[in-house]
Amino acid sequence: MAQTVAPPETAERVPPLRRRRRELPWPLNIYQTAVGKKYVMAVTGVGLLAFVIVHMIGNLHLYEGPTQINEYAEALRDLGGHLVPRTLILWVMRIGLLAMFVLHIHSAWSLKEISRRSSPRANWVSGNKRYAGGQDYVAVNFASRTMRWTGPIVGLYVLFHLADLTWGWWLGDDYIRGDVYHNVVESLSSIPVAIIYIVANVALSVHIYHGMWSAFQTLGVNNPRFNHLRRGLATVIAGAILVGNLSFPIMVQAGVVA
Amino acid sequence: MSAGNGSGSGAGSAGNGHQATLRLRLRIWRQAGPDEPGAFLDVDAHDIPEDCSFLEMLDIVNERLIEHDVEPITFAHDCREGICGTCGVMINGRPHGPEKATATCQLHMRKFRDGDQIVIEPFRAASFPVVKDLMVDRRAFDRIIESGGFISAPTGTAPDANEIPVPKDVADFAMDAAACIGCGACVAACPNSAAQLFTAAKLGHLNVLPQGQPERWRRAEAMVETMESFFGSCTNHGECTEACPKEISLDFIAVLNRDYLKAKVKNRRLASQA
Repeated sequence: MAQTVAPPETAERVPPLRRRRRELPWPLNIYQTAVGKKYVMAVTGVGLLAFVIVHMIGNLHLYEGPTQINEYAEALRDLGGHLVPRTLILWVMRIGLLAMFVLHIHSAWSLKEISRRSSPRANWVSGNKRYAGGQDYVAVNFASRTMRWTGPIVGLYVLFHLADLTWGWWLGDDYIRGDVYHNVVESLSSIPVAIIYIVANVALSVHIYHGMWSAFQTLGVNNPRFNHLRRGLATVIAGAILVGNLSFPIMVQAGVVA
Repeated sequence: MSAGNGSGSGAGSAGNGHQATLRLRLRIWRQAGPDEPGAFLDVDAHDIPEDCSFLEMLDIVNERLIEHDVEPITFAHDCREGICGTCGVMINGRPHGPEKATATCQLHMRKFRDGDQIVIEPFRAASFPVVKDLMVDRRAFDRIIESGGFISAPTGTAPDANEIPVPKDVADFAMDAAACIGCGACVAACPNSAAQLFTAAKLGHLNVLPQGQPERWRRAEAMVETMESFFGSCTNHGECTEACPKEISLDFIAVLNRDYLKAKVKNRRLASQA
């Protein structure tokens, strides 16, 4: 069919799905792109992961006894010593964490929407494409497929966790402000609460297992010298967080911490 | 690309009778046009020689459909030796079928068993509209290439061979990326319909070589942004690499991400950062 010339109107038969809006000034224009959003997701993810690790290690003071963990909690408020007003650094960190959470969730949501609009028959919740005859996945794993489920589970759990142990909404008279040890034992000795903590922390570890490996890839941290270590590192860190965080509800339920 | 009613290798029956043959239950996607509804057509494909390729199997099916005055199934194909990137369908839920590093045209029917059901569907993505049946329009890839898949080269007499020194490792890396045939299996395999692996392969092959340096950062920016206007967002599943008939590595996507951010930060008015 070499003799036929393609009619010119076919050039735009496949129009772009989206056109760029007005470009914002640098560096905000980076966040206007999908790869830029993915960077923000990776960087905030690494920041939140650092918090999760420090939080888990700090909580190990629980096993040293009431005095030690309560002193640790008090020390967090006194960070910076006499150089800065009391709780200032704690509040700076809290606001930073909140900002990272907001950016992490916003980038995840908007990237999901980009993928959903690019994918035929995509499910509104997961944004993933569906084949009429089904798709036979090879490389995906449980963690990577469930990021859009484990993420919201962890998000809701964070709100529950704050209401439970920071604001003391339902412990009522049993909530003693500043007595971390007492509050933790009081809360986690309830079986439904312990189950919530266990389920949410399993979701968190699964999320980290894919998220951390994925962050290396997104940030372009790629080198044949250490590429084989990336998956291992993600597994070790997700595993350490799982063991550490699950130990608290389990040990309280077992009566080791009482 | 031409409609697949062509090179009929084994019209009708298995021929000489010595060959082992298969009887397959095919479920083939039929769709009259881009905006028409589609549905699976069930075909009882008997006497399919084991030695024929997947496309030759479709040729045989088409010959029989023509004999019964049914319109043949449209599918894209060209070189039939795995180097042009024209063919490609979803076979039992995998782009290019179950064999690793194999394009549809290089997949042989001996990889299937007698009595198997084979579901054949076109590659899916919002920017890969179905032209007809199993053929999809992949011109969105052309838009990505146009936006940066080129280098500036002086015209005139041909330069001497090996005039520009390229380290062997770099040449190998660029060659691994250049192996991409642009078939679209990566987009088809991706749950997000992202074209990261294709774009990363094109960027990887030009961006690491000395010849590609003058446009390196402009290229990274332009190709990624054109890609994003058509396709979804990568979530690092790795499904693309598994589907790729040329086994393009996920590492190229990391290079794409790194080059794109650098491109967004560099001051191109400095020769050292151009």
